Amino acid sequence: MNLLDPQGPVAAANSTILIDSVFIMLAIVVPTIVAILAFAFWFRASNSKARYQPDFVYSGRVEMVVWSIPALTVILLGGVAWIGSHQLDPAAPVPGTGSPVRIQAVSLDWKWLFIYPDQRIATVNTLTVPAGAELNFQLTSSSVMNTFFIPQLGSMIYTMNGMVTKLNLRADNEGKLKGLSAHFSGDGFPDMMFDVNVISPLAFPDWVAATAKTDAVLDEASYKKLMQQGIEKGRPAYRLEDPRLFDLIANQHIPPGPGPELISDAGRPHSGGHDAR
Amino acid sequence: MPAVPTVEATMLGKLDWSAIPFDQPIPLVAGAVVLVAILGVLIWVVVKGHLPYLWHEWITSVDHKRIGVMYILLASVMLLRGGSDAIMMRIQQAVAYQSQGYLPPEHYNQIFSAHGTIMIFFVAMPFVIGLMNLVVPLQLGVRDVAFPTLNSVGFWLTATGALLVNLSLVIGEFARTGWLAFPPLSELSYSPGVGVDYYAWSLQISGVGTLVAGINLVTTVLKLRTKGMNYLRMPMFCWTTLASNLLIVAAFPILTATLAMLLLDRYLGFHFFTNEAGGNVMMFMNLIWAWGHPEVYILVLPAFGIFSEVVSTFSGKALFGYRSMVLATMAICVISFMVWLHHFFTMGAGPDVNAIFGIASMIIAIPTGVKIYNWLFTMYGGRIRFATPMLWSVGFMVTFIIGGLTGVLLAVPPADFMLHNSMFLVAHFHNVIIGGVLFGAFAGFEYWFPKAFGFRLDERWGKAAFWFTFLGFFVTFIPLYVAGMLGMTRRMQHYDVAAWRPWMIVAAFGMAVLTIGVICQILQLVVSIRNREALRDRTGDPWDGRSLEWATSSPPPVFNFAFNPDVRGEDAYWDMKARARQQSLEHDAPEYRDIEMPRNSPTGFVCAFFATIMGFALIWHIWWMVILGGLGAFATFVVFAWRDHDEYVIPAEEVARIDRVNLEERRSLVSMAGAI
Repeated sequence: MNLLDPQGPVAAANSTILIDSVFIMLAIVVPTIVAILAFAFWFRASNSKARYQPDFVYSGRVEMVVWSIPALTVILLGGVAWIGSHQLDPAAPVPGTGSPVRIQAVSLDWKWLFIYPDQRIATVNTLTVPAGAELNFQLTSSSVMNTFFIPQLGSMIYTMNGMVTKLNLRADNEGKLKGLSAHFSGDGFPDMMFDVNVISPLAFPDWVAATAKTDAVLDEASYKKLMQQGIEKGRPAYRLEDPRLFDLIANQHIPPGPGPELISDAGRPHSGGHDAR
Repeated sequence: MPAVPTVEATMLGKLDWSAIPFDQPIPLVAGAVVLVAILGVLIWVVVKGHLPYLWHEWITSVDHKRIGVMYILLASVMLLRGGSDAIMMRIQQAVAYQSQGYLPPEHYNQIFSAHGTIMIFFVAMPFVIGLMNLVVPLQLGVRDVAFPTLNSVGFWLTATGALLVNLSLVIGEFARTGWLAFPPLSELSYSPGVGVDYYAWSLQISGVGTLVAGINLVTTVLKLRTKGMNYLRMPMFCWTTLASNLLIVAAFPILTATLAMLLLDRYLGFHFFTNEAGGNVMMFMNLIWAWGHPEVYILVLPAFGIFSEVVSTFSGKALFGYRSMVLATMAICVISFMVWLHHFFTMGAGPDVNAIFGIASMIIAIPTGVKIYNWLFTMYGGRIRFATPMLWSVGFMVTFIIGGLTGVLLAVPPADFMLHNSMFLVAHFHNVIIGGVLFGAFAGFEYWFPKAFGFRLDERWGKAAFWFTFLGFFVTFIPLYVAGMLGMTRRMQHYDVAAWRPWMIVAAFGMAVLTIGVICQILQLVVSIRNREALRDRTGDPWDGRSLEWATSSPPPVFNFAFNPDVRGEDAYWDMKARARQQSLEHDAPEYRDIEMPRNSPTGFVCAFFATIMGFALIWHIWWMVILGGLGAFATFVVFAWRDHDEYVIPAEEVARIDRVNLEERRSLVSMAGAI
């Protein structure tokens, strides 16, 4: 999950900006730290060689320089931020080979549902994507906020109930990656890690066909069962009954997921997350 | 829900025996230990007959110095509580690799929420407000703050908030939502327990206290300066106090309003931030950070002021580029209100919005950088004495620059897309809050302790505390930076990624080093109290200070100054000393006058007592008690408003007697210094 080992163009660009920014800043930070330590050491009271200049309390030139150094750095970095924000806007498509894959991700308490509306399948806690293809994500949440994040593919984005956020990514190399939720969402939050399988574009249709053979069907009823609070250790897959399911969730036609069952009326509710332990 | 409320439900609301966590040993034992300690102290106080002393001299005191000391005491106690939470979290993350560790999620989640809440609201805030209270009137050369009784109310309401947070340890639970309680997780549907209510009510009550303190200190700086103390002659700490408290006055009402909306959602079925009925989570994010970002500067600006005083004093020079520093302070004060969106670049705002807020955030780095360079040039050509406060200051400069670097990095939206909410972020804000605010608080503590208590702190233990804290900080938080770069997000109760584990273990080790630092700090206090005669500060000016607080005795008399000093330039006291040496100081015996001082008042304590009752009752839905508490607090104010005597007179002979002692000591000091 190393951010400096990107597996797609977005992550690569993000981490390049990250490293460039650090080096731009180090260029002034290191000399400043050295100067602090050097001045502090040289002007120590016990050093008789250091000249005591109690009246050196203002210098227009020094002021000019000390306002300019951080200002120039910020102008440079501000340019990086402006260009980077526009080039790496999560909503902007990331061109790839082959036809784009649409994925609708829903954060549930406490698992991830990935709906492939065009392929009419859905998976839980496993995201399978073809290498090199443009990936268009639409994201929402069944209940509380979460953040969808695959560190080695780049940019994260919030998921919120009743709203749809957009994210575009591309995975360049086949392999297994990990994704997670980066926004605390309750007791089962740490178990919201999911697998990302990047497979060859040729194998992707086969995987879709194999997945579509499953008996499990995702419709409103099974979705409502899935959105109950709890942790999913397995990796279930579904045939998608209604390709508009995501819209029903995002438009709140399906009401938000329930919270914990309140067993005790007093201060400490027993959460639905008993299987978390 | 029973259709007809039972007697118990009417009398006790939601409260019953299941609120006591008999099944959870850690909070129960911790709570029991605290309870026994409090009872022990109370019994000792009563048996030894200290109660009248405490009541008259401290609890009802409206003396800004006493209130300042009580704020700092509160902050120190809560630092231990918040620090214990930190230790538990670091141990949990060190052991919870492919296992559940020793803390179940519902407990771990309370701990990190409490840690954040406590450290910001009940450690950092009271510590800096305490130092401002203690020092600012002295630096301005005046006898008290603008509203002495209100000051006491502010303190006691803050203490109420702290008390409620600690009460949640044994009765009920604390929030499990993180320290900002984002909805919809914090809404009733997803957090049905009392945790969020504890959180919200303790912040509402202490928030009133903070606002009152802010109004008080702004008024003090704007209206109560001694003769000749122009704005551009004020010590830097007064400037940063002004900036910080202006921010309090402007920002805290936003917090109060936001939490009020959340509470309306929870108590009366409103829909400000719920999923249903048009509630909007993004609104909460914007509002809470519109308070939350200025809050960062509320904390760090006073710390900047402390470093300015310390670096200048211990370098034996006036602050370099004073006007530049004033400009930088006020620039930070204004810009800090325009950057809140950088806390959620990943919410899906467009690139223009993200870029503009990113650049605005970077712009704050300019005045901050200027401050660093001005401290640097204050040291240049100085004669630097490395007493403990100066060590904290130099340690701060080095640490804070690194925190600034990572902060500016997080302001670059594409970088934030990878690092948002990660352990890198956790490392960053600890880098600036420990390296900035806490180091500043410790520097101020060491620096002004002799002023408050009349004896210096032991240097050897102080230096040991510094080095352990300084090194411990890096050993704890550099690994968290690395873990963030390895994709680790914050608030993980357990994890399965092998690469994170070694860093969590190193961080736990660093936490141990930090703990040694805290122990050294405590030992320093104990050793210094024991050796107080040897460490006695007879001159009132132990550090060869430059500003007016050093012009009076240590500890200062209740009226601070027998005569309001006449200020003729920056570094007022330094000038006075210089002039005194030239003129060999022997002027005529001054003509003393009666001094009127505000009377002590139990208003603050009584009001907070009722506020505690009301807060507790609100949390547990005990409505009759809410009414009782509310009426009681209101009645307290009515009684106070109808008071007959609000001042008492210290006769001129008494003033003269106190001041002559001080002058004698000071003359001998100045003549000695003159001889050298």
